[in-house]
Amino acid sequence: MSMLHLHYDVPGDDFTRAGEASGDVKHKLKRLGYEPDAIRRVAIAMYEGEINMVIHAGGGEATVDIDPDKVDIVLQDHGPGIADVSKAMQAGWSTAPDNVRSLGFGAGMGLPNMKKYTDLMEIESQVGVGTTVHMVVNPGKK
Amino acid sequence: MVEFYHSVTLNEAQCVGCTNCIKRCPTEAIRVRGGKAVIAPERCIDCGECIRICPHHAKRARFTSLERLKDFKYNIALPAPTLYGQFNNLDDIDYVLTGLKEMGFHKVFEVSRAAELVSEATRKLMDAGKLKRPVISSACPAVVRLIRVRFPDLVDNVLPLKSPMETAATMAKREAQEETGLPLEDIGCFFITPCPAKVTDIKAPIGMEKSMVDGALAISDVFPMLSHKMDHLEAIEPIANSGIIGVGWATSGGESAALLNEKYLAADGIENVIRVLEEIEDERIGELDFIELNACAGGCVGGVLCVENPYVAKARIQRLRKYLPVSQNHLQGGPIPSLMEWESGLEFSNVMSLSADLQEAMMMMMQIDEIEQEFPGLDCGACGSPTCRAFAEDVVKGGSRKTDCVFVYRKQLQQVASTLSALESAPCVLPQEDGQEKN
Repeated sequence: MSMLHLHYDVPGDDFTRAGEASGDVKHKLKRLGYEPDAIRRVAIAMYEGEINMVIHAGGGEATVDIDPDKVDIVLQDHGPGIADVSKAMQAGWSTAPDNVRSLGFGAGMGLPNMKKYTDLMEIESQVGVGTTVHMVVNPGKK
Repeated sequence: MVEFYHSVTLNEAQCVGCTNCIKRCPTEAIRVRGGKAVIAPERCIDCGECIRICPHHAKRARFTSLERLKDFKYNIALPAPTLYGQFNNLDDIDYVLTGLKEMGFHKVFEVSRAAELVSEATRKLMDAGKLKRPVISSACPAVVRLIRVRFPDLVDNVLPLKSPMETAATMAKREAQEETGLPLEDIGCFFITPCPAKVTDIKAPIGMEKSMVDGALAISDVFPMLSHKMDHLEAIEPIANSGIIGVGWATSGGESAALLNEKYLAADGIENVIRVLEEIEDERIGELDFIELNACAGGCVGGVLCVENPYVAKARIQRLRKYLPVSQNHLQGGPIPSLMEWESGLEFSNVMSLSADLQEAMMMMMQIDEIEQEFPGLDCGACGSPTCRAFAEDVVKGGSRKTDCVFVYRKQLQQVASTLSALESAPCVLPQEDGQEKN
């Protein structure tokens, strides 16, 4: 059991609210006096994941567990799933629709960035069932 | 413990304890305690938002009195270009500068002259590619202080150059020494300021040990006497010596336009500034080289010590700039003079965290999350804290009691009342009033 457990419903129907959950986590980590570099990595990685849920999966849930030595993030959705995870992990590969790209998203850097900024990242995905992304950031690493 | 100096202060007699300022403060630095506003000095960034919003004029800016000129043998005025936008029908900046001399200054040195040098130095530093991108302007002292307390990860992005005011003071004092032969301590240098953050920046500077400026006079304080002098000028001295670039620093976008690089954004107004900083922190703004941020809407023309509406002032400055050369001040080749650079970098000041100890901070946050559920979430401010969340923090930190919340208080009263009424109908074994015992 972690010391601090946070849970968010990420709505999929309102694009203007995307980023609220990761914003709140960042704010809380700052109030805790968490290591600045770890805060930055959590903020970026979780924001990318949150945006992905909104763009591709119609929203989902985020749970964040904060401990002194790690921030553990689980993003779970019931969207279409990713057919080829290794392809999705390649920089520049994207299935985002044009209307989303016109907002500056969908550059195909979401998953690669999440991997780059975290100390652990695992994806579990099944087509037609959904996707679960698990990320861990340890302060003082990377 | 660091000593804090702040220009923004409270006049207790005028404070009625309303909630306007606590809700407006971008660092949640104000609480109402005992019916009066109290500012936490470690959090205040002197942005002046509370001065702007206070309907009772209880929030004030401290600034230097004109009397202070008597302490020096030779006085120099450093007018911010914002000053030029305060006057109606002005078509020549020299009216303002000559007017300042008539007020008793021996010399006038436009801050916009130094601004042109800062712009050139910024271009050089950016071209050399040594700065962390995006580079964030260090010109607005309230923004620099906001970054210092709220954005630990961005302290290295702040442009390590002194403000035009500092560079102007150094140059003006050097010139005055050469012209008069007086020792440095006999020369006074006074910035004519649009905002309280600049007053603080002189008393407690960032990036250097000590400011070269001896005081800051408020535009609003200088304005009546200056406009009177300007109306009665006999001759106009040709003093003005800056161009479109320097004068443009008075309004939002001026500093970045001077970089002659399109990859910039300029945001103004403290809420917008915070939003931009959040996005830079999340690396959502990747394609830009330069970020100009001004705490006041419109830029320096929006400062709380100005007398004119910022947008009117902006329109006037646009018109004044029209027939000026692009720039009249240039660095003499070679490296950037060291007097223009910060002596030390910006350091994060961890004043927003709940505790210096992470474990303890986490325990406190758990308690805060729990206690917050007991409050109505209306953020009414009647408890003296800006939001229910901030109030929960104050309870956990020990500055407030739960019953300071009117809703919790009412609930407790209702409980007491229902306990009392239950007691009234309960059987009583005490003697009745007429002395007969029950049963």
